[in-house]
Amino acid sequence: MSAIFRKELADHLASKRFLILFFLVLLAAMFATYTAIQNIRGVVTPSTEFIFLRIFTLSGGASLSFLFFLALFIPIISIALGFDAVNSERTSGNLSRLLSQPIYRDSVINGKFLAGLAILAMIIVTVIAIVAGLGLRIVGVPPGSDEVLRLIFFTLISVIYGAFWMALAVLFSVLFKSSTTSILASIGLWLFLFVFMGVIAGAIANTMVPLDQNSTMGVIANHYEISGAIGRISPATLYGEATSALLTPERASFNPALIMMSTYTGRMETPLPFNQSLLLAWPQIVGIIALAAICFAISYTRFMREEIRSI
Amino acid sequence: MGQVVVETKDLTKAYNGFTAVDRLNLRIEEGEIFGFLGPNGAGKTTTILMLIGLTEPSSGTAQVCGYDSTREPLKVKRIVGYLPEKFGFYEDLTPRQNLRYTAELNNLPKGEIEEVINDLLATVELSQVADLEVSKLSRGMKQRLGIADIWIKEPKLVFLDEPTSGIDPNGIDDILNLIVKMAKKGMTVIFCSHQLPQVQKICTQVGILARGHLVAEGPIARLGKQATGGGQYSIEAEVAQANPELIDPIKHVAGVMEVQSSGNSLLISCAKDLRGQIAKVIVDSGSLLVGMKIEEYSLERIYKKYSKEA
Repeated sequence: MSAIFRKELADHLASKRFLILFFLVLLAAMFATYTAIQNIRGVVTPSTEFIFLRIFTLSGGASLSFLFFLALFIPIISIALGFDAVNSERTSGNLSRLLSQPIYRDSVINGKFLAGLAILAMIIVTVIAIVAGLGLRIVGVPPGSDEVLRLIFFTLISVIYGAFWMALAVLFSVLFKSSTTSILASIGLWLFLFVFMGVIAGAIANTMVPLDQNSTMGVIANHYEISGAIGRISPATLYGEATSALLTPERASFNPALIMMSTYTGRMETPLPFNQSLLLAWPQIVGIIALAAICFAISYTRFMREEIRSI
Repeated sequence: MGQVVVETKDLTKAYNGFTAVDRLNLRIEEGEIFGFLGPNGAGKTTTILMLIGLTEPSSGTAQVCGYDSTREPLKVKRIVGYLPEKFGFYEDLTPRQNLRYTAELNNLPKGEIEEVINDLLATVELSQVADLEVSKLSRGMKQRLGIADIWIKEPKLVFLDEPTSGIDPNGIDDILNLIVKMAKKGMTVIFCSHQLPQVQKICTQVGILARGHLVAEGPIARLGKQATGGGQYSIEAEVAQANPELIDPIKHVAGVMEVQSSGNSLLISCAKDLRGQIAKVIVDSGSLLVGMKIEEYSLERIYKKYSKEA
């Protein structure tokens, strides 16, 4: 498998696809960091804790936060790196040559998946490191050990989230013979999960627990509980919640109604310690890992059991 | 008797209610260049895929050098090279890089890889383009690279599926020469082709597959004798007016084995070139002899006879 892994890695690094993606992400990251740094002085008071993390989560005016950019780009990079993993080998006639070599068939798919994941991890780590470095240089506030831990886990979850999309893209590259079909299917599913899932969740929650001006706090909380639960079918929601729990220590709940309530009772703005934030995000993290594992398992069995008849 | 390299026992493959290969019993010995013939869809590729272990047989067994292809596919793939009909290389890599990848997949010792690749590139005459992208290579070059790609693992058995299709005549000769070279190096070659003259040129044995059955197998000379009615030559004599009384005297010429008449022509099978004697008989009988053709048995004839019979 190591031969396949090394070759795929070298292919990715030499490809234009990789260069384009890398610079795109880098540009977006710099842009987001720049606006965050511009706005950071406005929100920070002498008593503010976790200033360093704000570089990643702060959005200002017309611009979006680094976190949002990353949530947007991770699926795109993963899909771009994995959508033609198997079917391009088939179309180019390399698959038949490859499979007649003395290698286990699963090492083909494992090697490709791992190489893609390695590239993805490299991009994510590089970008986060660059942003952190810039923030350190310009803001001048060094991160505390709690913040460093949060950033490490944030990086880890981002890679796992990318693994889900890569597993999905590889699955489509096994299922569909044409790479055009597989990229359309991947992008389509991403759009659905990223954009429409929230709309659908809201609509369902509206019919089940309608809200009006007289709704009590309990009803409102119930409404958001339902839309949240449906939204969590989408790994995009899971990733959003997990990262916001890690990067905003003040966050104690994902339910907007509960957050509002805690404002009334005065518990707001009390940051959670790292292990409590991690506990809050834990179900989401496990969810992403499970989805990634399911996707990979399906493509694995499909590819292993496929009979080579005419190649 | 050499060592048996390929042996199948009642090998059968059925899918979707269609039997592609039907109780095939094939035996190929070491050092042969075996011409594997048959119409499109006769089951040649399916047989090969089962022998390599890429497709599972419905019943029966396939063995390569004593290894069961279904149960020990990795051991089989280590000693078998397969060049599919439609294969490709990584177009953005060079021939050298492509070969290096295959060498690594086969776990060739690191220190030897470069030397082996250089030698092979020289053998298949691709040293000049070794560092160009594969996308810039001509079809014939790619085909020779395909030969190098299976040669690199020094297999005991080689399957070549239509290696000469779409290649210019000089390119075909290059490839045929390479195949003979491989056989001289001790590799057993199974050569699938529809180009019968090419098969006749280099193959020592042929097998004809039709509708999943092996309808003929053996050295070309033997099959040829069977196909031409026992004789080595087949003479076609054209006369102005067919006369059924002609047949008997011709049959009495020493060496003539069989005479058939169809329309104005007579088809005569004989052990040696008897054109003179036969012409004399025809002229003596008062018929007008218009033309005469002699043909040594050709693989084409063998092929047509057997693939039609099946």
